[in-house]
Amino acid sequence: MPQLSEDQRIVITGVGLAAPNADNLKDYRNNLLAGKSGVGEIDLRYIGKVPAGICSFPETQYRKRKENKRGTRAGCLGVYVANEAINDAGLADFSLYEQKRTGVYIGLTEHGTVETENEIFNLSQFQYNTDFWSHHHNPRTVLNNPAGEITMSLGITGPHYSIGGACAAGNAALIQGAQMLKLGEVDMALAGGISESTGSFGIFASFKAEGALAVHKDPAKACRPFDMQRNGIVVSEGACLFVLERLDKALARNAKIYGELAGYAMNSDAKDFVLPYGPRQAECMQLALDRADMKPEDIHIINTHATGTRQGDIEECNAIRNLFKNNPHTYINNTKSIIGHAMGAAGVLELAGNLLAFEDNLVHPTINVDSLDPECALDNLVANEPKKLETVNTILNNSFGMVGINSVVIVKKMTST
Amino acid sequence: MILKEKDLMTIDEIKNVILEIIRDIDDEADFTNLDPSEALRDQLDLDSMDFLDIVMELRKRYQIQIPEADYPQLATLDSCVNYLLPRLEAA
Repeated sequence: MPQLSEDQRIVITGVGLAAPNADNLKDYRNNLLAGKSGVGEIDLRYIGKVPAGICSFPETQYRKRKENKRGTRAGCLGVYVANEAINDAGLADFSLYEQKRTGVYIGLTEHGTVETENEIFNLSQFQYNTDFWSHHHNPRTVLNNPAGEITMSLGITGPHYSIGGACAAGNAALIQGAQMLKLGEVDMALAGGISESTGSFGIFASFKAEGALAVHKDPAKACRPFDMQRNGIVVSEGACLFVLERLDKALARNAKIYGELAGYAMNSDAKDFVLPYGPRQAECMQLALDRADMKPEDIHIINTHATGTRQGDIEECNAIRNLFKNNPHTYINNTKSIIGHAMGAAGVLELAGNLLAFEDNLVHPTINVDSLDPECALDNLVANEPKKLETVNTILNNSFGMVGINSVVIVKKMTST
Repeated sequence: MILKEKDLMTIDEIKNVILEIIRDIDDEADFTNLDPSEALRDQLDLDSMDFLDIVMELRKRYQIQIPEADYPQLATLDSCVNYLLPRLEAA
């Protein structure tokens, strides 16, 4: 790929997040480096106690309780992280980029499940008389809901919509935001993902029915990708949005640049409803490398998608092993082991968790690896303790989802233009 | 059914019910200088969806159906009382 002009290069200049173990990037990074789990236990309607990641953040910092009550949990998370991201970027006054030239692109694994379950439960209290079905159900369950709630909070009048991409959705929305900037559709993009999935018993019950819901007497140890004792997914809520802008404009305003979106790719397995497929994941990683004009040896950190299921972890490890073999400078970690699986937010939250490696040159660890599965024994897997590298210039972030959707994003450190 | 006098809701009780429902919608609502004869929407942070919340809550609590044509009669605290008093007696 030829060197792109600066107005076609997209950079991250703001980060807002709510993770199960932190509500800002600095604390999040510190907790990931310390391997401090954000997974606890919730008691959910019908299904009872399950391990889950729940976010604690100042919910009324950017809008009233009344609006949080009217909206959705996804909207509440979204409004918080959108305001945090745009403040972090120093662009909250919209003096450089107008509100009508700003786009909001939100990756969602699903939306409306929580609200619909709640309404049906409410209806059950009234003998299923639909006169008691809430007028809030439509605005809460339209698929653009979380993005729309963000536009109302910030007065953004540019485009807003959701990207439905199962658990690849966060990366997919990040890619969408970058593409809209490249096309000139907007001048600033708020792009990332949100998950409110911990409010849905159905999501837990369905993973359980698939034999893919993690159980452990200590919830902090329930999510254990690559470990022999792994037994499934820990569902988490969370949100992360990045402010994206064009490099020329970011340089002109002397913005803090977290990294450049150097390459990305998406593809489809075209095989199975739930089972992942390593060869297609490898193709997706290769495509992202090609777009970034990089070779496997140029990648310093691979953040794996691995969720802690037996087959999923092995498929991804095989894909990485094939593509990155004999490659001593590439290190591998996993963020889900610490925060659980934040579904639509997973890809971007996990990328955010690694972004500051460009500053501290540390690879945060994969925790809960007590007995490494030989089939997951990748070279340079960073397990249980962080790893200091001489330098970290590139991160490759995997995010895959059900019905065979794969996404890969490569971010590189801004050294010189 | 013939209601005994003690079962009937008083004007003040109905006002309190309305304010309680509004408080549940917006726990920051300030009733300090609320004029019962002026439109609630002009004095409080309420919109059409909030009024539907009030209608729904009355339905849940007292099983009364308020037809859409009657919504304007819920505009002020006083008009709420006037409208609801006979209906809550009948409920």
